[in-house]
Parts: sequence; C-alpha cells; structure tokens
Amino acid sequence: MTCDEAEVLLHALIDGELDAGHAREVEDHIATCPHCAKQLAVYREMSKAITAADLSYTAPASLRRRIEATLPEVRKPNRRAVLRGFAMGSAVSAIAASGIVAIVLRSDDEARIKSEIVSAHLRSLQAGHLTDVLSTDQHTVKPWFNGKLDVAPPVVDLTAQGYTLIGGRLDYVDARAVGAIIYRRRLHVINLFVTQTASTEHRSARTETFQGFNIRTWSDGGLNYWAVSDLAADELAEFSDKFQAATRSNASG
Amino acid sequence: MPVNPAGDPEKTRRFREAALPHLDAVYTLARYLLRDPSDAEDAVQECYLRALKHFDGYRGPAMKPWLFAILRNVCRAEFARRASSPTEPIDEANDKAEQPPLWSEAQETVEAQMMQRSDASTIRRLLSALAEPFRETLVLREIQNLSYREIADVAEVPVGTVMSRLARARAMLRSAWLAEQEPTK
Repeated sequence: MTCDEAEVLLHALIDGELDAGHAREVEDHIATCPHCAKQLAVYREMSKAITAADLSYTAPASLRRRIEATLPEVRKPNRRAVLRGFAMGSAVSAIAASGIVAIVLRSDDEARIKSEIVSAHLRSLQAGHLTDVLSTDQHTVKPWFNGKLDVAPPVVDLTAQGYTLIGGRLDYVDARAVGAIIYRRRLHVINLFVTQTASTEHRSARTETFQGFNIRTWSDGGLNYWAVSDLAADELAEFSDKFQAATRSNASG
Repeated sequence: MPVNPAGDPEKTRRFREAALPHLDAVYTLARYLLRDPSDAEDAVQECYLRALKHFDGYRGPAMKPWLFAILRNVCRAEFARRASSPTEPIDEANDKAEQPPLWSEAQETVEAQMMQRSDASTIRRLLSALAEPFRETLVLREIQNLSYREIADVAEVPVGTVMSRLARARAMLRSAWLAEQEPTK
C-alpha cells in the first residue's frame, strides 16, 4: 500500500468503516511508515477532540412549538390508545433489538445491493483476503460466525458434490455485516452471502448476471442468500440446488 | 382544535413519535449547512412539513438520515434562492491549498495539546468556515455519527466520494486549526 492510499484509508480506519482485510493492510502500512503513523495519530486525536467538544445545537423552544403545532396530538388519549402506542413501541424496539431489518426492496435498492455483492466478491479476490476463518470443516466454520453476526449462516460441506468448502468471512453489504461462506469449484471461487430477512417466505432461486458475474439468489427459512461466482450459470444453479438440498436434510436430520 | 393538515391523526401520531426526537439533530445540521440561525429554523420547519407529507412513502431503515436527506433538499432550494450571492466554486481535485505542513516531533505535541484545549466555539467556527461539501461530510460523520453509507445516501454521492471528502475535510480543518495557533504565519 502506498502512502497516498493510506492517507485516505486511515480515515476509514478511524471511523471503523474498513473490513478486516483492508484494516489489516492499512495497519501493516502504518507499522512500517512513521509518516502515516503520525497522520493517523493526529487525525485520531482530532476526531476525539471534535466528538468531546459536543458541537451540536439545541433547537429553540419556539421552533419546537411551531413544529408541534403542525402535528397536533390526539386529544384526550384513552387507556386503549396509550396501550396501543406502547404495544407498537415495544414491537418496533423488539424488531430493532433482534436486528431484523425488513428488506423491502425497491428495484434501485436491488440493483445497488447486487452491485455491492459483486464488489464484495471482487474485494475478496483482490485483497488477498478471501477468508477470515480458513477451514474445510463445516464444524469449524459455522461456530466461527457466532457472536459476529445476528444470524447463524448454515454451513454445509459439499466436497462430495464437487464444491469444496474453503472457509468463512465477515463482509459488509448495504452497510450491514453479512456472513460469507466460501466454496471452490476447480479454480472458481463462489462467495455465498447470507443475511437475515424479516420474511420467512421461501423464494426459489433465480440467476442474474451483473458485470459478468452470475448471481444466484434465493430466500429460505428467514435468510436471504446470494451466491456469486464467475462459474457458468448452470454450474452455479447446481451449486445452489445442492446447497439447499443439504441444508434441508441437515434441518430435518 | 387546530386542523390537522394530514387529516389522519394516527399517521400524525406515528410521525410525531418517529421524527420529533431528531429535532435537535436536524436543527444542528441546518445550522452547519446554512450558517444562519433563523434560516436554519425556517429550513427545519419546512423539512418537517415535507417529511410529514411524504411519511406514507417512508420505508426506513433509519429516520434520522431520511430527515437529513429532506433537509438537505430544502437547504439546496434555499441556496438556489440566494443564488444572487454565489459562493466560491469548489474544486475538489485541487489539494494544494490545504496540504498540512511538514512534520516534526515538537509540532506533533503542540498540535495534540492545542486540539485538547480548543473549546466548542472555536471548533464550530473553524468547521463553519469549511467549503460546503466538506463541512457537510464532516458534520454528518463527526457530529451526527452517520456511517459512510448513510452519508453517501444523504449527500447523493458514492461512498468513495464520501471517503475522499472526509480525508480532505479533516486535512482542511487541521490546517485551519494550525493557522489558528500561529495567526502570524
């Protein structure tokens, strides 16, 4: 990594916005570069000073009253209305606490997520950071995700079917931590991204192409899956079929 | 009883509960974007009116960035109205003016002490002096604590632009901070 790159990325490091692979690259560079190490120290100090200073403003009471006047409260709330409000509040916080985010995808959201998935796939290939946990043993990879994610991605060994489990990785898609399970087919890498969804509806798999990569996506058991690879579409479809069959037999067995 | 323009008390109540807790945050952003207290008040009020109107279409995930995006559009309109007094055009590619000075150990120590000593009003003033896109990015990150993705959505730019703006914004603020320390230099 060059100093020019590090000078931009060290800010993302301060802000906790780098994935594990890039964070390590920046830290490696800083360990050997006194100049960038000083930059990091100064900017970290500056960021702390800004946060400590509390630079926010308080809205004037007159403004608050003006806005409240345009939003009249329901008069004379009866007990039932209060209870309803409480129930709704607790439902909302329960959803927030469980980390379930309803992914109501608009089409532009979907395109954005697809592009982020492909970017995450490319990053995993470029940064020399394919795996956080390197293991062909599903019983090593699956527990590794514990505590890192609010979901437990199903990890199945598909070596017998021709798809070798390589390991697992934590990645970020749509500003959320997602689990990535990595498989290999000959020289092709398959990143299988898994996120939680509020819907438990089963959506059968479909394949799309984005920037020359095949993406096969499906939903099952409250999880969304995206398999990304440069594998041919029919092989990727086979992979997703085998994966789904194996998770189903795991669940029932 | 005042007439409810939305005509739906349940919706208004939900909006109230979701949006009013962010009033200080929205007002803070307006203060930094417009740099004028009474303009900021007007913009915030307009923002809440528009937000209520569009609340039916609101699909999350987070209320604060959503309000910020609306506020930003309101402020844009305000800038357009003020177009008779245009601000300096900003050349994002030109970095020369804000290059931080060369380093020495002594300077580093001085700088750290100075930052710890600075009071809120000094930092506010330095922050307010930054050019608009940099001020906006820094405020969203450091004061409003938004993620890069959220900042990108509010400012309608790619995440990469957020990163480079933030790096430059911090470099500019640091130079201004140093200049503050040595006004004769």
